[in-house]
Amino acid sequence: MSGADTFQDARSLYQDIILDRGRNPRHMHRLDPFDARAQGENPMCGDQIEVRLGFTSDGRVADAAFEGRGCAISLASADLMADVVRGRTRAELHALAAAFGTLARTGDAPLADAALDALRPLSGVSEYPSRVKCATLPWNALLAALDAGPGGA
Amino acid sequence: MNAESKLSMLAPAFDVERVRRDFPILSQSVHGKKLVFLDSAASAQKPRAVIDAMTHAMETQYANVHRGLHWMSERTSDAYEGVRDKVAGLLNAPSREEIVFTGSSTGAINLVAHSYGRGILKPGQAVVVSEMEHHANIVPWQMLRDAHGIELRVLPITEAGELEMAALPGLLADGRVGLVAVTHMSNVLGTYNPVSRIAQLAHEAGALLLVDGSQAVVHRAVDVQALGADFYVFTGHKLYGPTGIGVLWARMALLDAMPPFMGGGDMISSVSFERSSWAKPPSKFEAGTPAILEAIGLGAAIDYVQAIGMDAISAHEAELTDHALSRLSAIEGLQVIGRAQDRGGVVSFTLEGAHAHDVATLLDRNGIAVRAGQHCAEPLIRRLGLTSTTRASFGIYTTREEIDFLADTLVRVKGFFQ
Ligand SMILES: Cc1ncc(COP(=O)(O)O)c(C=O)c1O
Repeated sequence: MSGADTFQDARSLYQDIILDRGRNPRHMHRLDPFDARAQGENPMCGDQIEVRLGFTSDGRVADAAFEGRGCAISLASADLMADVVRGRTRAELHALAAAFGTLARTGDAPLADAALDALRPLSGVSEYPSRVKCATLPWNALLAALDAGPGGA
Repeated sequence: MNAESKLSMLAPAFDVERVRRDFPILSQSVHGKKLVFLDSAASAQKPRAVIDAMTHAMETQYANVHRGLHWMSERTSDAYEGVRDKVAGLLNAPSREEIVFTGSSTGAINLVAHSYGRGILKPGQAVVVSEMEHHANIVPWQMLRDAHGIELRVLPITEAGELEMAALPGLLADGRVGLVAVTHMSNVLGTYNPVSRIAQLAHEAGALLLVDGSQAVVHRAVDVQALGADFYVFTGHKLYGPTGIGVLWARMALLDAMPPFMGGGDMISSVSFERSSWAKPPSKFEAGTPAILEAIGLGAAIDYVQAIGMDAISAHEAELTDHALSRLSAIEGLQVIGRAQDRGGVVSFTLEGAHAHDVATLLDRNGIAVRAGQHCAEPLIRRLGLTSTTRASFGIYTTREEIDFLADTLVRVKGFFQ
């Protein structure tokens, strides 16, 4: 018995894309200049993620990036989130964040949106109640950034 | 002493398999795997003796204490008060009247922070805590600081995870320190602190010493008189007893001088609308109906560990800890946090390339329960330059094989995240 195969039943949580994004996030860097930022924090584990956003003149997200420390789940979630937020309005992002919250808690969410499909690899956290907040941590930071503006929250 | 406990005292060696049979939960599985419970420092499992004592009381002998002039109440009061004697014996307290039942260690420390802190300490005095305290021994003093003008001073730790004892005289030098509050054993580093030496230094500077024995009392024989402490607290659920019951021991002169914390029934000698007068300690600090069944459970837990013997328990756990330290340190990329000379059965570590939460999740899928995170000691974790650790902690029922399984599984966890 050796190697990753012995953790077979944990693969619903740690799918390849999650492990890959957790190890090598594409959007983990400091966005500067930026229009809004906020910190998300998980006091139980000490993880912190800061999300920074840039907006287009018509109020859509032009760019998103994050920095911080987190587990494989929270980093992969932040990275997949940064993939899908571009071009979206605040209202769309609030709806997407709510749908993602449902996906993380229940494993499914009723929202016909291609972005949500891109986030589905994270649906496995629903089987791990103590890990749901790892997946939602960056989304909470995103929502706070949308409300906060450049001063941060 | 009954025949059975006599036999167990004559038994040559500590028999972990026999101990394990006393803990019904250990035959449970999680995720289809045999439970390997390495989270006793958070809360320990309960032996049959504790479960039965509480059930037996509810089934055969239960009423409120100190109140009824009837048989059931008298028997229940005897059982409840009998536990005070057992606790006094466990801690070698000079008097049973010095044992105050609280809800937990947290409850006991808050009691001292209110009654001694606000009632006796004067604004402008200081309290010293260490950098390795559990939040339960930080936050009540911070609240006291903010409400009562008390300064909070922090005794640092060394790189090895021991108290920086050389810094203590300086912290005490101006004579303003009224109380030093330190843990007897760290719940993160496993470090045992030199409590007698701290008591001596504190007393020379006119300060008292509170010792948080939440972890220590589980693993070693404690003698509050030999330690020279003024306050000693612990919590029942880590000592194989139930939740909801904790203990404050304090010297009688202090309990006499301290004002009550909570007011209510049982803590008064007389009440009128103009004024009330307080009962003597310990009743003065036990307002309201106490945790009767939980106290009875704690009594059974104390009997249980004493029948095995604290020395046998600490020898067993020392062997496990040595084994764990050597097996875990041999894993490449695994760093054990804390290298104290004198340490108990708690081992925290980080694993390169894998976050503590991911480690804990994969261990759990193999039936291994550990704790991951900051362990209610955020200032310590930050001081160590970390955000979280994984912690394996050992109890009376932990085996060498379980530690081997932990080490083997950690090697696989490491491979999974590489
Ligand atoms: C060192 C230490 N102090 C205090 C506590 C608090 O115990 P309780 O939560 O039972 O009050 C704990 C355990 O959580 C601990 O490990």
